[in-house]
Amino acid sequence: MAAITLIEAINLALAHEMARDNDVVVLGEDVGVDGGVFRATLGLLKRFGKERVIDTPLAEGLIAGMAIGMAAEGLKPVAEIQFSGFGYTVIDQILNHAGRMRHRTQGRLTCPMVLRTPCGAGIHAPEHHSESPEAMFAHIPGIRVVYPSSPQRAYGLLLAAMRDPDPVIVLEPTRLYRLFKEEVADNGVAAVLDQCVTLREGTDITLVTWGGMVHETLAAADALAEEGVVAEVIDVVTLKPLDMETILASVARTGRCVIVSEAPRSCGFASEIAANLAEEGLLNLLAPVRRVTGYDTVVPLAKLEQRYMPDKARIVAAVKQVLAFS
Amino acid sequence: MPLDWGCVVRGRFPNVNIVARFEIERRQFLDEHGKALAPLPAFAEDAAALVALYRSMVLMRAYDAKAVALQRTGQLGTFAPLIGQEAVNAAIGSAMRPDDVLLMTYRENGAQWMRGVTLRELFLYWSGDERGSNFSGARGDFPICVTIAAQCTHAVGAAYAMKLRKQDRAVVCTLGDGATSKGDFYEGLNAAGVWQLPIVFVVSNNQWAISLPRAHQSACETLAQKAIAGGLPGLQVDGNDVIVLRQVLDEALAKARAGGGPTLIEALTYRLSDHTTADDATRYRSADEVAAAWKLDPVARLRAHLTERGAWDKAREEALLKDCNDTVQTAVRAYLDTPPPRPAQMFDHHYAVWPAVLAKQRAEALGEEI
Repeated sequence: MAAITLIEAINLALAHEMARDNDVVVLGEDVGVDGGVFRATLGLLKRFGKERVIDTPLAEGLIAGMAIGMAAEGLKPVAEIQFSGFGYTVIDQILNHAGRMRHRTQGRLTCPMVLRTPCGAGIHAPEHHSESPEAMFAHIPGIRVVYPSSPQRAYGLLLAAMRDPDPVIVLEPTRLYRLFKEEVADNGVAAVLDQCVTLREGTDITLVTWGGMVHETLAAADALAEEGVVAEVIDVVTLKPLDMETILASVARTGRCVIVSEAPRSCGFASEIAANLAEEGLLNLLAPVRRVTGYDTVVPLAKLEQRYMPDKARIVAAVKQVLAFS
Repeated sequence: MPLDWGCVVRGRFPNVNIVARFEIERRQFLDEHGKALAPLPAFAEDAAALVALYRSMVLMRAYDAKAVALQRTGQLGTFAPLIGQEAVNAAIGSAMRPDDVLLMTYRENGAQWMRGVTLRELFLYWSGDERGSNFSGARGDFPICVTIAAQCTHAVGAAYAMKLRKQDRAVVCTLGDGATSKGDFYEGLNAAGVWQLPIVFVVSNNQWAISLPRAHQSACETLAQKAIAGGLPGLQVDGNDVIVLRQVLDEALAKARAGGGPTLIEALTYRLSDHTTADDATRYRSADEVAAAWKLDPVARLRAHLTERGAWDKAREEALLKDCNDTVQTAVRAYLDTPPPRPAQMFDHHYAVWPAVLAKQRAEALGEEI
């Protein structure tokens, strides 16, 4: 079993499922001959043919709409939106059609599609290539939104997404695509959806995060450990529907919580978690919940993106503020 | 006025070549009085086949009038009348095979009914009940697409699936004149051309997109020529002439099934009523215009044609009207007798299984214990 990167794990899961299930097709811009701009679909064209690995015209709305049509006809399309900044037009299709096909036909037609898109900042990319649209997708009824943060979880979540009978948006953290390797068994075992994963157990504070911020938050937890603060770290993994039970149970033990997200703060997904904590976990809290997030600005271009994204220092500072509250 | 950049100079200079030209044909068999302008296609030589189409069109009109009446008396929600577009509906409904897939707008209830959707289900839909889109017939057809032109991209996906599986099936995707201004229309058309998919796009150009007239929708002389941009053939037909509609649909569907790729048909018709029951078309168009459009009525035209051929008369007309009214009335009773939806219907089909982590929400809404 070889250690592979997150992007290689995506590729492994796609190949595994395409070999297992002839109904799985991959479509998107440059996914065929080029193997995807990040190489997520590398080698699939040669192995599975151009009918199932489909280079589409340059039209994101078409890609999403086409996937809906395919899914209603019984295929299991995996659509790639090359960068999430180009994916705002697909929200129309996901919100108005994918998420409600099953409901509006009362189960007559369904939409078992997957829409993958790279997300987040941190790779010195051009404009519109560093977006964090998770809250926009998580607001949509009838779909699932998952956000892997390691090669193993990427493999398992993508398999789960492709086997799910409903639409699943798979957000992929570009900054983690090749940041580290992990051993991934190509055993076809899907991850469990709708569940947070506790990455590290702790007693002093609960750190909640997802996607590209998981790595940074773990680094902050390491730094805190050196100072004797034992933080519990939860990777939300499935943003919609949200497993609040795991977070509430953790906060019931630690009494303190910091939520880390690189998206703009207002109406972000961190706010959703904070609101749930206020509603159902207030009496267990020893201090106000804090959010460490991006700012209510456009994500800056490369020169300033590191100043925008929450980093280890900002997370540690927020944790210290929360711990100091009495 | 749009600028005319090139026609004058094209070809006049040695460095300028004409690299593409196009022509758009318009076809018609029956004139406005029902007289044949040309020898009829084979299927129309059989008067019984035309009578069957006529009967469907009259039923549609009876359904349409009843739906408006139900809305006016508070027994139905907002409704989009199809009156004036019966020929397009009948041609689509009769030309498609049961296992083809129809992706339609809200003005194709007639075609839906011909494909097996019951009038009761149509009334249910317009009453605001999702069960109306869980058709007992035409189970593979998409639900009515309300967001304009999105169905053009879904059609591409459905047709791609058929082609991938080498099935002998085709897709019909309907839209209005307004939809041809949308990006989804162009994206769908373009992709259908790239993969030569088995799709027939039918643009019911009824001259009005709510209050916007056709002339303000596009500077193109025809909407059919928009197909050229996608690399597929487009043609215009008289959309109130059911014979020509059936003929071009038959041709386009046969071509699609044979791997010949997509076609766009622009059906020139007219929306004789309001956009919906919530609209008042007198705000933006003249009574004279509507009166002129009534002279082109597709139902009266086919009736005149059949009468001239001796295949129709007053007695048969009266019997048919009674039949249609009875059929519609029976459907109205079945619709009104349908028990209201259970509140759980709001939750039950959002996911294959309502997520456990959202169980509390559902229980709260339904007043249940968890």
